[in-house]
Amino acid sequence: MKKWMGTALATVLIISALTACGGKTNNTNGEQGVNGNKPAGASSEITVYTALEDDQIQTYLESYKAANPNVKVNIVRDSTGVITAKLLAEKDNPVADVVWGTAATSLLVLDQNKMLEGYSPKGIENIQPEFKDTQEPAHWVGIDAWETAFAVNTAELEKKGLEVPKSYADLIKPEYKGMIVMPNPASSGTGFLTVNGLQQLMGDSEAWSYLDKLDQNIAVYTESGSKPAKMAGTGEYPIGISFGYRAIQEKKGGAPVEVVFPTEGSGWDVEANALIKKDTIKPEAKAFLDWAISEEPMKKYNENYAILAMKSDSSVIPEGYSKDPISQLIKLNLNKAAENRDATLAEWTKRYEAKSEKQ
Amino acid sequence: MPQSYLSIEGIRKSFGSFTALEPIHIEIPRNEFVCLLGPSGCGKTTLLRMIAGLETPDIGRMLVEGRDITSLPSAKRNVGFMFQSYALFPNLTVAQNVAYGLREKKMSKPQIQSKVEEVLNMVDLLSSAKKYPAQLSGGQQQRVALARAIALSPDFLLLDEPLSALDAKVREKLRLEIRRLHEQLGMTTIMVTHDQEEALTMADTVVVMNNAKVIQSGMPEDIYERPNSRFVADFIGAVNFLEASDGREALAIRPEHVRISPIHEPGSYEARIESLEFRGSFYRVTMLVQGPSSRYFPNGIMADVNRSIVKQYQLEKNRRVYVQLPEEHLIHFGPTRPERLEVVG
Amino acid sequence: MRPAKWHTALTLKRRNGSLFERLAMLLLLAGLSVMILLPLFSLFSKAVTNKQGEYNGLDNFIDYFSTPALLNSLQHTVYVSLLTAVLSVFLGFLFAYALTRTNIPGKMFFKTVSLLMLFAPTMMVGIGLTYLFGNQGLITTGFFDALPLHWDIGLYGPTGIVIAEVLYTFPQACLILVVSLSFSDFNLYEAAKTMGAGKGRIFLTVTIPSVKYGLISSFFVCFTLAFTDFGAPQVVGGGYNVLATEIYKQVIGQQNMGMGATVGIILTLPAILAFIVDRFVTSRQHAVSARAVPYRITANRKRDGVFLSLCLIMAGMILLLIGTVFAASVIKIWPYNLAFSLKHYDFSKVAGGSLQPFWTSLRMSAWTALIGTVVTFVGAYLIEKTKTFPVLRQAGYFLSILPLALPGIVLGLSYIFFFNKESNPMHGIYGTIWILVLANIAHFYSVAFVTATSALKKLDREIETASDSLGVPRYKTLLRVTIPLCLPAVLEMAMYFFINSMVTVSAVMFLYAADLKLASVSIVNMEDAGDIAPAAAMSALIVLTNIGIRLLYEAITHQIKKRTHAWQTREH
Repeated sequence: MKKWMGTALATVLIISALTACGGKTNNTNGEQGVNGNKPAGASSEITVYTALEDDQIQTYLESYKAANPNVKVNIVRDSTGVITAKLLAEKDNPVADVVWGTAATSLLVLDQNKMLEGYSPKGIENIQPEFKDTQEPAHWVGIDAWETAFAVNTAELEKKGLEVPKSYADLIKPEYKGMIVMPNPASSGTGFLTVNGLQQLMGDSEAWSYLDKLDQNIAVYTESGSKPAKMAGTGEYPIGISFGYRAIQEKKGGAPVEVVFPTEGSGWDVEANALIKKDTIKPEAKAFLDWAISEEPMKKYNENYAILAMKSDSSVIPEGYSKDPISQLIKLNLNKAAENRDATLAEWTKRYEAKSEKQ
Repeated sequence: MPQSYLSIEGIRKSFGSFTALEPIHIEIPRNEFVCLLGPSGCGKTTLLRMIAGLETPDIGRMLVEGRDITSLPSAKRNVGFMFQSYALFPNLTVAQNVAYGLREKKMSKPQIQSKVEEVLNMVDLLSSAKKYPAQLSGGQQQRVALARAIALSPDFLLLDEPLSALDAKVREKLRLEIRRLHEQLGMTTIMVTHDQEEALTMADTVVVMNNAKVIQSGMPEDIYERPNSRFVADFIGAVNFLEASDGREALAIRPEHVRISPIHEPGSYEARIESLEFRGSFYRVTMLVQGPSSRYFPNGIMADVNRSIVKQYQLEKNRRVYVQLPEEHLIHFGPTRPERLEVVG
Repeated sequence: MRPAKWHTALTLKRRNGSLFERLAMLLLLAGLSVMILLPLFSLFSKAVTNKQGEYNGLDNFIDYFSTPALLNSLQHTVYVSLLTAVLSVFLGFLFAYALTRTNIPGKMFFKTVSLLMLFAPTMMVGIGLTYLFGNQGLITTGFFDALPLHWDIGLYGPTGIVIAEVLYTFPQACLILVVSLSFSDFNLYEAAKTMGAGKGRIFLTVTIPSVKYGLISSFFVCFTLAFTDFGAPQVVGGGYNVLATEIYKQVIGQQNMGMGATVGIILTLPAILAFIVDRFVTSRQHAVSARAVPYRITANRKRDGVFLSLCLIMAGMILLLIGTVFAASVIKIWPYNLAFSLKHYDFSKVAGGSLQPFWTSLRMSAWTALIGTVVTFVGAYLIEKTKTFPVLRQAGYFLSILPLALPGIVLGLSYIFFFNKESNPMHGIYGTIWILVLANIAHFYSVAFVTATSALKKLDREIETASDSLGVPRYKTLLRVTIPLCLPAVLEMAMYFFINSMVTVSAVMFLYAADLKLASVSIVNMEDAGDIAPAAAMSALIVLTNIGIRLLYEAITHQIKKRTHAWQTREH
């Protein structure tokens, strides 16, 4: 009998606790996007949107957390396309305080939508000019660049008696039919920089006719830029069009993968940070941006990426990259890429959506 | 006429479009054993539950010694209710079941315990106090339910078909037991049953109900011997109907009053035996009346005949006999007594 | 007898139950409305607004039906679901038939194995299939070339989806059909036999009609489950678009809420149809007569042999699938380095981030089980056992059954639209664990409600009136008699809430906050990023947890049964 009364009492307490915590957090964010979450009430809390890789975020953040133990960082991580769409959808009631490590081409789109607040973080003078906004104060600041690379499963190709493809031109050879996986540019930053790279390399019409031929060989378009490399790693599909870091990670993890930087040159983009324009801009947000281009995290970025935004003599070439990674990058105009982003994605979706993995 | 203890005044109840009770009026004296008798769906259980406060009448009121109890909740009416299903709490022991209502009263634990023992003793179940209901036989469960109902020393003991779930032997035994408890405790008892034998054997007063109305109430003998309608006559015991014709009212006679003779006597009808049904101490003889009088008896006529007589007259199927319907046993339904039945043929 | 004194002075109070009961009933209705009805309204209103939030009538629907890619997903979904339903019901029937109508050994084992799938998120079925039939799958490669036989079924696409959905829905069909098959009257079989009917004729004229409604009902259940499932197509769909993944794409990928809502409404249509059919079937399903004789299984070794091999194949397939997922989660690099390794259980390098999502899932599921069970039981009690206004009770019943027709995805979407409005006084729960708990309670309310209701229905109808007549307040009787009697059902409800909250993705994937990522959602994210092995590891953790909870449930139930044996043995 008493036991039941206890249970009943506990229930009442739970329900009242539930309603209580429903009542007290009142915020001014208005309608938020999906998973946009956390009404930002407490000041020692910032919401950071990022397209950085899951396996990078925690190690990057270590130095920030050590220096700012009282700031709670809510990380919303998703692929470039999703983060971009989310930020655009939340245009009128932004949830994010800061965007971190997201394609510059996406940030340029946001900037064209007047969603970014100019802020030149401490140490911006150390960033190379091509990796930051030309405006003053800067609307975006890069941290590193990443580029197209193929992860090629040598074990599987050997079984089939095929050569490892070395160039874009190789990829459209008929013998690779159904063996190539590529990220969907609508959702993946890597996918977009690859398509954009081809466009700026070959010119628009040439690029589309190349992609049409490539499409013949594609087994599936994935949502994320990492997945093709990982699929190549397990041999699920032997050739993955991915990005340097991820392909190298697969090789390091022990998969029989060769990392191929296409001989024509790689499309690339800058992983960059920006401050979101909103009514109350938190000092912690600016401080986060200061930290994000400081020495400590830059070292960590460098563990994964060969090309850093920082001018430095001490930057190292991580294992797996070619000796001169910059020369691998093709010449391209990020602003033009951003301007054409919508049109490129629309055209791509129209042509190849059917084979795309849901996203 | 003893003074009325419980008065039911114009109580009516409907569930949606179904009328469970037409306005009903009943007076029940103190300490009486009253049976509400009728076929299923006649409203008797609804009436009982209303007395218990488990249903609320649409209109009308109920008085106990002149005090209006119509809107008094069940808990305050001081009634003991025994449910058809017994409604024993299966997860509580016999003793806990009996003590269930007592715990709500301001009674000390020892008081409760002695009361539980007292009533369990009364129903002869003291030794089963620690058992769970499912471990008892149907009859024992019924007695637990009875004990639980009387534990609160109610003013009324209300019984809803208390014996219907039991087999014939146990039923007969429990009839006596309930009647004994009623007399011993002296509370007013109202019992609902559809079994006329139960009603006749147990009740001081029988209230016969049909189609949401009270048809007749009175002492068992009156009801049996002088039913006021075809319905009552038919519902209680076996009966032969004499069809009304030529402007005369319908009559009826119980089979035990029908006399059979092998020879024609004045006023007797000629009949042929259709069947003989052995009933233990007697035979039920079914006959078809011959000749023009047969129109009074479209369903034939039944007579309960002693075994010795059957033997003596050598009654058998197709045998021709003469049937007498003694005047004093004829049941009249109308207010006026008709003249003597004219025998035709 | 005296003439009537008409008296109408009766308070409403007594006719409609106590004040407390009426208040509780109103509270319940308010709660159900907040949980189910109002969010649905938000969804409908969202479906008629554009991206900018302006009213645009049926434009979204017109858009939908004039976009070939979108329309394609509808056709795909219908095709896949139909095929799934047919296969599931067929296999479910065979399996159920084997369990109820044959003398095969190991029935308990087969039953248990068939239920295992209910402990796993549907993504896991997909992951398991990837490891079996994917390009590097065990069967595709003939156990890594150990066997000469290589069999490539072309997993990705409709084939994979259908296999996954069949594995996922077949236990449900089986459960329904076991019940149908065990409620038949052997008298009918004997009657047919005495009239000289052959086996085939008896099957068609007695067996099939007696399980007709079970077949219809299980068909719709399987169809709806496959129609609304997100997990399996996500993993093995390849480029094959279905509605559930389409919503995900519209909402997450393109942040197009209006179109998401539109697709959500389309997604709900067959579920609503199924709901209506199920209601109809339930009302038509007459109880077997009290004189029915249970089926007596005749000896037939040939029949038993056939069914045993069938069951072994099915059970083998399920065990192989689960076993493969477990194995893959502890293999260093599938398929190149088969050494044992627990590295995939370290989630710090993948989308999970850490074990945190798993703990969050546990916490959320525990709260869902606790609060959900209490709320559902009280709700069922109020509707089943009190005398409050019949109209309110009927409304309550309808709202309690309604979630059956609501796919989780639709519920999740509705919750965003409803709770994410600043004007909503409950806006504060958005982004907390409580919105997840609330969504789960709503999502799984109906089944738990039906469990509670049928447990309450089994009790003596007069328990409450007996309590009244004994002068004991009803809440005391609820606590002292009704709940102890319903304890097995209560535990079952809690287990149901818990297990389903652990595996669900659809309702919560739109609702979780960044710091409240759930285990099941992290499986989707990891799979998205290509981290299949960690996804397998997380699936394994979920399955193990659920098996643990189930065993705990069995142990407690066993204890209760032992302790209450004396009052459970009742036979009336």
